[in-house]
Amino acid sequence: MGNEPIGGSDSDRDAAAKSESDATAKTTADADAGADVEPQTEAETETGTETETDGGVRPYTVRLELVDEPGELLRALSPISDNGGNLLSIHHERGNITPRGHIPVEVDLECPPERFDDIVEGLRDAGVNVIQAGAERYGEEISIVFVGHLVENDLSETLSRIESEAEAAVIDLSLAAPDGTDATASARLRLAVDSGRTDAALESIRSIGADKDLTIVEPLLGGEA
Amino acid sequence: MGASRRLAILGAGDVGRSVADLASEYGHEVVALADSTTATVDPNGIDVAAALDRKLGGDEIGADDPTVVFETDYDVLVEATPTTLGDADPGFTHAKRALETDHHVVLANKGPVAERYGELRELEADSAGSIRFEATVGGAIPILSTIEDSTPQAVTAVRGVLNGTANFILTRMAAEGLDYEHVLAEAQDLGVAEADPTFDVDGTDAALKFVILANVLADGGFSLEDATVEGIQNVPGSALDLAAEDGRTIRLIGEATRDGVRVGPRLVPENGALAVTGTRNIVQIETRNAGSLHSSGRGAGGPETATAVLSDVGRLPPL
Ligand SMILES: NC(=O)c1ccc[n+]([C@@H]2O[C@H](COP(=O)([O-])OP(=O)(O)OC[C@H]3O[C@@H](n4cnc5c(N)ncnc54)[C@H](OP(=O)(O)O)[C@@H]3O)[C@@H](O)[C@H]2O)c1
Repeated sequence: MGNEPIGGSDSDRDAAAKSESDATAKTTADADAGADVEPQTEAETETGTETETDGGVRPYTVRLELVDEPGELLRALSPISDNGGNLLSIHHERGNITPRGHIPVEVDLECPPERFDDIVEGLRDAGVNVIQAGAERYGEEISIVFVGHLVENDLSETLSRIESEAEAAVIDLSLAAPDGTDATASARLRLAVDSGRTDAALESIRSIGADKDLTIVEPLLGGEA
Repeated sequence: MGASRRLAILGAGDVGRSVADLASEYGHEVVALADSTTATVDPNGIDVAAALDRKLGGDEIGADDPTVVFETDYDVLVEATPTTLGDADPGFTHAKRALETDHHVVLANKGPVAERYGELRELEADSAGSIRFEATVGGAIPILSTIEDSTPQAVTAVRGVLNGTANFILTRMAAEGLDYEHVLAEAQDLGVAEADPTFDVDGTDAALKFVILANVLADGGFSLEDATVEGIQNVPGSALDLAAEDGRTIRLIGEATRDGVRVGPRLVPENGALAVTGTRNIVQIETRNAGSLHSSGRGAGGPETATAVLSDVGRLPPL
């Protein structure tokens, strides 16, 4: 996975931020399932970047979805510098397409914490779809197992609905269909969800599951399971 | 243990018989034992061994009608008739009758405390007698008394595994890579699952226990129809495989809070406390001030459940 640093200095990025941008998400079964699954780095590691750096700036990772058109990238990123942010690296995955048919782009930047919300707002105002912005946004990672006629019931549509209705980002997916894809199959999804929004996300996922006649095995949250 | 009590036992199944059998060990006397057709009654204490022999030999337990039990001099009615849903009878009516005549009631029967908790507490308020029901939740595991000791107000949630049959099936499926039907048949052969395992695998049995827990936490207000319940029948081996790849497994987990009751298959860490194996049960009691407590052990069985009944008898206040 090649990150192209395009300006800014690496000097005050801490190790966590680096290892995070190196982390590669695995997509185990998207090809068989005919689903386009978005790989995404673990949101969890971002909490490691939350410590104050010397100049009062902190590193952040923002995930965007871009339409695949020339000039889109530059247009998309101008709100970052316009709002006092410093671009550290861009990871542009041309091979991957999100369920909505866009290209996921991961941007590492640094800025004073108090400017970060302005940057995200600026990006959104510019019409960029921000699917993840910093640890505060997608703070929790959850695993879920789906059971049912997954492929017949249009797995990729199920995934898009999870991303849009449950506001969760699909980190990876594993499919097990021992009796073939037209029989009952199981899929395990890892999802990144805004912190504090996990219950709401699970509720939407339950209703998507009910619509599509899928059994959903949710994680047990709360307590020390 | 406390004062000697005179027990009238309704129900001569695994639980009722074990209570009769173990009562003397706990210093209590059995003055009546009934099944669905007959009763044996003696104000000076029945001959328990002889009554159990008759019952196990297929004979009538005694010469009397079961209702004679209520006319005997007794201190504590032990309710161990079958759990039923809805009106929870005959258990509810038995408990009502005992309370209305100022007797204590100890239940193993889940029906009355799950389905008609509020009514039962009202009857208790007007009675000199009290109700206790440790045996209804988790067999031998002291769960309700732990909540009582921490005071229910300080307990925010109770979660865990309270059906040994479902847990056995999921454990075997995960360990052997076998299908649900296959493992269920094996469980029936081993006597772990009953001939009709519906309530165990569809989550109803666990739900009744978590409804009882929610009633204890919220001081009433719940019955089975308030619970969101899903069973394990639709969990295939492949789902357990995927869970295992991620260091997790699937268990039939219940959750009770003051806001509601939910039972369903859930992902839990494979090496976590709640991933007990085989027929074992476990609960995690989440407290406001003291973190989580875990209690685990045998959640069913005649002597196990009788132990909980007899501990309850020992905790009853003087009449
Ligand atoms: N077994 C456990 O591990 C366990 C654990 C916790 C709670 N419980 C609960 O404890 C209760 C008893 O369980 P169990 O396993 O002993 O059940 P069981 O083996 O089915 O025994 C039920 C007994 O109740 C008798 N009975 C039915 N209607 C009656 C009536 N109107 N008056 C008097 N007796 C009546 C039955 O009589 P006949 O013999 O004539 O049929 C039988 O002896 C159930 O509510 C169960 O849910 C059981």
